[in-house]
Amino acid sequence: MFGDFDTGVIFDNLHFLVEGMQTTLVLTLIAIGGGLILGTLLALARLSRFRALSFCAGGYVNFFRSMPLILVIFWFYFLVPHVVGRPVGGFYSVLVAFVMFEAAYYCEIMRAGIQSVRKGQIYAGQALGLSYAQNMRYVVLPQAFRNMVPILMTQAIILFQDTSLVYVVGIKDFLVSADLVANRENRILEMFTTVALVYFVICLSGSLLVKRLQRKFAR
Amino acid sequence: MNYNWDWGVLFREPYLDWLISGFLWTISVSLAAWILAFTLGSIVGIARTVDNDWARGIATCYVETFRNIPLLVQMFLWYFVFPELLPYDAGMWVKRELPMPEFTTAVVCLGLYTASRVAEQVRAGIEAIGQGQRNAGLAIGLTPAQVYRYVLLPVSYRIIIPPLTSEFLTIFKNSSVALTIGVLETTAQARQIEEYTFQGFEAFTAATLLYIVVTSVVMLLMKLIEGRVRIPGMISLGAK
Amino acid sequence: MINLKKISKWYGDFQVLDDCSTQVEKGEVVVVCGPSGSGKSTLIKCVNGLEPFQQGEITVDGVSVGGKDTNLSQLRSRIGMVFQNFELFPHISVVDNIKLAQLKVLGRSDDEAHKNAMRLLDRVGLADQADKHPAQLSGGQQQRVAIARALAMDPIAMLFDEPTSALDPEMINEVLDVMVELAKDGMTMMVVTHEMGFARRVANRVIFMDEGRIEEDCTREEFFNTTRGERAQIFLSKILEH
Repeated sequence: MFGDFDTGVIFDNLHFLVEGMQTTLVLTLIAIGGGLILGTLLALARLSRFRALSFCAGGYVNFFRSMPLILVIFWFYFLVPHVVGRPVGGFYSVLVAFVMFEAAYYCEIMRAGIQSVRKGQIYAGQALGLSYAQNMRYVVLPQAFRNMVPILMTQAIILFQDTSLVYVVGIKDFLVSADLVANRENRILEMFTTVALVYFVICLSGSLLVKRLQRKFAR
Repeated sequence: MNYNWDWGVLFREPYLDWLISGFLWTISVSLAAWILAFTLGSIVGIARTVDNDWARGIATCYVETFRNIPLLVQMFLWYFVFPELLPYDAGMWVKRELPMPEFTTAVVCLGLYTASRVAEQVRAGIEAIGQGQRNAGLAIGLTPAQVYRYVLLPVSYRIIIPPLTSEFLTIFKNSSVALTIGVLETTAQARQIEEYTFQGFEAFTAATLLYIVVTSVVMLLMKLIEGRVRIPGMISLGAK
Repeated sequence: MINLKKISKWYGDFQVLDDCSTQVEKGEVVVVCGPSGSGKSTLIKCVNGLEPFQQGEITVDGVSVGGKDTNLSQLRSRIGMVFQNFELFPHISVVDNIKLAQLKVLGRSDDEAHKNAMRLLDRVGLADQADKHPAQLSGGQQQRVAIARALAMDPIAMLFDEPTSALDPEMINEVLDVMVELAKDGMTMMVVTHEMGFARRVANRVIFMDEGRIEEDCTREEFFNTTRGERAQIFLSKILEH
């Protein structure tokens, strides 16, 4: 029980845990960046007038959205070395998996954001004589962006939590580092409680921030 | 790419059996967890909209706690830590005698986690209806409970059919996390076939197809249900 | 019948109602008017306890609305209310809208509730729409159904909260006609509205509100013919000009 909760084991292994958290954060940030870039391209393709292009982008999104992330991780862990032709290390395979997977979700957020701008706004811009590009730049995208930011941030929090799934291929992220310590020192209770608490504090702060942003944008 | 294709592996024993049994586990975990998530999520979601500070506070705590800890961590907490926190006898019972411990833990964990997400959808559905309908129900003399039963819930559950569908699909995909505590569901079996035969491409393709088929069937089914319960004269109910 | 004594209400620091007192006698029709934000909708919602108030007392037929032991649901079932946005229940048919509270609150039999509903639908001229859903009706029709729904409870008084404000101009009269009929039948009515024509025809008294206070509370003749306060003067000239 909590009576013999040993906080010492956490401090003794702090260095190790911080390293794990660094891996988690690097993974999260690169997945956000890569996912945003690829997701934006996909969203543009999905909204494109070229049927073939929007069909392919739609297929990509639906494909990745019907698969569990763990399966996607297994897929790329297996595929990437085959495609590259030599072992590349699990971290890079997992990175590719996250970027590809997140892109599908970011694409949908962007598409919904752009489509959330009312038709009347687009007509109003056109009626003022703005060109398509000007209308996008000054009327549509600023409004779309406001609608998207909270959802993009929520997705980032989900992604941060989801990176823990790299456990299944043994990448030493925060959770795996804690798991290693837990097993080595036989301190499962302490380590997992700490892990849960750390994730909770970070994610709760994040979601409170999102709520504040939403209120600010709602005005 | 240097790879020996062998699609036949999927139809050889024991691999075919593995896939089938994995698929059945996926379905069982998902359905059982969904029943828990839907029931509890509805209660918590409704509690977040009632006129009682205590009920709202507890429900909000529930949602924030379960939403802000990664599912995998929750899985470990239930499986490894929870029995330690129980009184000695109860802990021993959970460790030794709980029937199908991995399955039960996975269902409880996935159900409680998804309940927090369902609760948010239920709350959003009720809030989308607005104060006017609530007032109208109260004004004709319905009790607050009757207002929920006859006015707010019938409409809000219709509104949230699409987001609830995607929550169900999420639980179905998330059931793969159960493999981390030893439930041999679809993804685990595909991985196992890969490790035994090195035919990863075939194994993962099979698993992928299974997920895609179920996703498509569920979406189709919900479209049918949505059409059946649609309210005549209403194009949309405010939800996107 | 309806008695308001020194009602005050705040939203946080903001005072929406300031010491409002008035009464509505049995069979009386009282019109409440005033600029938007003057608190008139809030005041009428206090009468059946949809809005809580911090000071004062409201009694309806001798029952205190804010009282601790008051069964609010029971009291509300005896007071009919009609809303600006109709607020029919969208998921059930027109006739079921009128039956719902008869069945669940009054405990009437299905047969009795149905007969009553059809009688009232006939009265508001919509018997042929009974099986449609609310969204399949025009705004004016929906509001007439809403009136029938309130009447089905055999109310001792009726509250109207801007019943025609959400309607297209051509539908306003069909609703007002039903309300005039009700008034002539002797129904006790409290009506928040800008329809001064309605006030001229059937109101016994007119209340003018501004900034949460009751500024004028007088008979119809006094309100329309003799001297009024400056604010009421300005308000009337604004809405009567066109």
